[in-house]
Amino acid sequence: MSDAAVAPATGAGPTQVSKINEAIIRIAGNSQDGIQAIGGFLARLAGRSEQEVMTFMTIPSTISGGPSIFQVRIGSGEVLSAGDDADMLLCFYQHSYEGHVNSLKLGGIVLYDSDHVTPKPEWLDNYRHVGVPISSLTVEAIGGTGRDKGKNIYSLGLLAKIYDLDVAKLKRLIGERFGGKDASVLNNANACFDAGYGHCLENLLKSYQFLAPQAKIGTQVVMNGNEAIAYGLIAAGVRFGAGYPITPWSDIMELLRKELPKYGGSFIQCEDEIASVSMALGGSWGGRVAVTGSSGPGISLKTEAIGWASMAEMPLVVIDVQRGGPSTGMPTNIEQSDLNTACFGGHGDSPRVVIAPSSVEDCFYTAIEAVNIARKYSTPVILLSDQGIATRIEAFRMPELEKICQDISPDFTAVAEHKPYDLTAPDGVTRHIAPGTRVASGKYPVVTGLEHDELGHPTGSPKLHVTMTAKRRNKLRKLGTEIPVPKVYGASEGHVLLVGWGSSEGPIREAVDKARSVGEPFSSLHLKYINPLPNGLEEIFKGFHRIFVVELNDEGLYGYGQLAQVLRARYSDPRIQGITKVDGLTWKVKEILDRSRALASNT
Amino acid sequence: MNHIAFPFATLPRTAIVDTTPVPPLQDADRKPLTKKEVSADHPTWCPGCGDFSVLALYFKLIERRRMHHEKITTVAGIGCSSRFPYFVQAHGAHFIHGRALPFASGVSLSRPDLHVFVFGGDGDAFSIGGNHFTHTARKNVKLTYVVMDNQVYGLTKNQTSPTSPLGYKSKTDAWGSGDRPINPVKQAIAAGATFVARTSHTNPNHVLEMMEKAMDHDGFAFIQCLSECVEFFPGAFDGANPRKGGKFETVPSTHDVTDEYAAYRLADQDWPGHFGVFYQAQRPTKNQNEAKIIADHQAKVPGLESWQILQKNFDRMK
Repeated sequence: MSDAAVAPATGAGPTQVSKINEAIIRIAGNSQDGIQAIGGFLARLAGRSEQEVMTFMTIPSTISGGPSIFQVRIGSGEVLSAGDDADMLLCFYQHSYEGHVNSLKLGGIVLYDSDHVTPKPEWLDNYRHVGVPISSLTVEAIGGTGRDKGKNIYSLGLLAKIYDLDVAKLKRLIGERFGGKDASVLNNANACFDAGYGHCLENLLKSYQFLAPQAKIGTQVVMNGNEAIAYGLIAAGVRFGAGYPITPWSDIMELLRKELPKYGGSFIQCEDEIASVSMALGGSWGGRVAVTGSSGPGISLKTEAIGWASMAEMPLVVIDVQRGGPSTGMPTNIEQSDLNTACFGGHGDSPRVVIAPSSVEDCFYTAIEAVNIARKYSTPVILLSDQGIATRIEAFRMPELEKICQDISPDFTAVAEHKPYDLTAPDGVTRHIAPGTRVASGKYPVVTGLEHDELGHPTGSPKLHVTMTAKRRNKLRKLGTEIPVPKVYGASEGHVLLVGWGSSEGPIREAVDKARSVGEPFSSLHLKYINPLPNGLEEIFKGFHRIFVVELNDEGLYGYGQLAQVLRARYSDPRIQGITKVDGLTWKVKEILDRSRALASNT
Repeated sequence: MNHIAFPFATLPRTAIVDTTPVPPLQDADRKPLTKKEVSADHPTWCPGCGDFSVLALYFKLIERRRMHHEKITTVAGIGCSSRFPYFVQAHGAHFIHGRALPFASGVSLSRPDLHVFVFGGDGDAFSIGGNHFTHTARKNVKLTYVVMDNQVYGLTKNQTSPTSPLGYKSKTDAWGSGDRPINPVKQAIAAGATFVARTSHTNPNHVLEMMEKAMDHDGFAFIQCLSECVEFFPGAFDGANPRKGGKFETVPSTHDVTDEYAAYRLADQDWPGHFGVFYQAQRPTKNQNEAKIIADHQAKVPGLESWQILQKNFDRMK
């Protein structure tokens, strides 16, 4: 971005410029300060500048007030996580300062609002303190209405100056964000930005400039995981769904509600979680894979109907944006503790598919796969996302939408005869025909939760229950053989193999990179397909002495996290051990490394 | 860059390998479907069960209205009466307990070409499914809902139901039920149903008349059909059966079916009350509302392929 024409700043300030290839900026304030907007602007700017970016945020679960942070990591090279320790802390209040100063690197910069923050003498030596009366200067910039709304944009101006960001691009982003509203809103935003950008930062020793990106990655899109899932479903051809509000799933339903009508579809807000899954199943029976979703508590409520989908072999996509549980738990924190309920929730033997995306980009493509697997295998598919990936913003390569978008419209042309649960089907998979499809034989199917014969009519025959149970299980075994065997990250042989799933792929890989850079033989393996598991993992495990499953859930009664238990059950391999935590935050690279090294040194 | 391990696949239509194309059936060649053509499994109901007559009249309705075989769509939850779809030779869904209405709503809202019939009992409708009854009525989803009310849990063998009268002795209230029963007609009116009728299995012509009116109603049409459980609550509806010395009094011709308060008062009369249409109103259906939202949104993206609509969004996120 250094090649962009930038208007010279008016104020004096640092003259020394330091070239950097990445920066981790943590912004701390309250939930109504618009700090997510700053982070969003920075992320989008990085995306447009072909840089890599990843963000991390926490929000309180209350509507008004409460501490909130947004961390953004921008890099000219590969960015795998939101970063452990920040280079810069922008803090608006004393509590933001005191609560987050320890997340700064030694020597990092504290950029604080001197209207609200008094620096602590004991921290002055460790961190570079730069005070700006952000609140009062914002009020001054907008013309003295006495309100400091806009201090986020003022601060964005400060950051733009410090990191020599592309002002023209930022201004365009500000225009896009505020342009639709009353002209005074955009004028105020621009005034705030200019005032911040023009402020003289006397205390700052130097400013920074990002190195040019290492490789051209082409046009990028910038979005969060929830958006990527919703758009992935649309690309996959989903046109009907139903849901009930719950954090952090609601964004997906809001987006589908707003977007699907453009494609001739609808998303219905229901009276409860059970109605949502039921309505979606009605939509699926109507001929087109439908979607429902929720977070943990809602998934529990949907469980009976998901069991029906297993029994009736009805395609369905269920999105579970996991949060801290059980019960209402920690609604705005990350956890990966719904794996058990996703794989095994429900009564009876009810096989279903569980897949987990590893990044925002992967959310988009995994949503498409969820639909395709549900169709192909006539099965419910649970997509396990989590609060972290739902809210984190990433830039990724613009998908080739013309190639990717699918048409899964149902076919209603008449058939000669039809038995949905045909036991002689060559691929062993149930195919449904939707109501409205004529069957020339005059024998019509029933979809059902009772154990049934090939036409769907109830049977009390033990033999048929045995056969049909096997049919429902075997089709997913067949799916298991089609799942690509995951590739090891790092060498295929070594001392420690870190196994992860879902959103923790980035920090685990970064931990592997760090370990290998100091000569420790670490590798990692990321599992996207949780149920069924891919074949061939035992061959991969053979290359390592220790296998640590890194996941964000509790070690349980027997000392293993939820995926670790599944892997131990499947492979009976005593080398499989668990590394878990439930502090509601994403993995720090250092945590993974410290815990793995400690565990590896035990025998 | 291919991220999709499971790409779109064209799937076989049915599990049966015979792919002989079926000649289209012209409307002129269609005859009214006979009972033989539309009956499937022999009902599992006890001899003398009131549900038999509802089933027979559904067959009659299919025949009389010349429904196309493939368009008959029958949905039910769980209970004796909810076994209904197995007895109809047509597309059917036997869903889980209490959730037939949201399932049927999913069909109705995603398939405007179908008219969905939902059959169930009083436990399914007003107890475990009570929330869905209220909201489906309020949303005015276009479908026909026939509740075969026997005032007892039959499939599980004689427990108190939400419509069991005070003092009813069941296995769960051996000393007589003390919970005020639900009045389904009042419940439906209060919830916002746009068609509310009451009938009894003992009067077949009346049942058929109500079903036809319900089917013609554009909106959520609810019929409470008294249907005697001869096993656990015999004689429950004798008071409404002239053959047993009771009175089958139809809704007075002076009753204004568009008057919600009058309907509510009429429904509040002492047992056995009246039979017929209590309330009928025209209000936009959920189906119409969604269709309008779709039409408005599609007008903003005329002639664009799906991927082009999506591309517009993605371009804004660059």
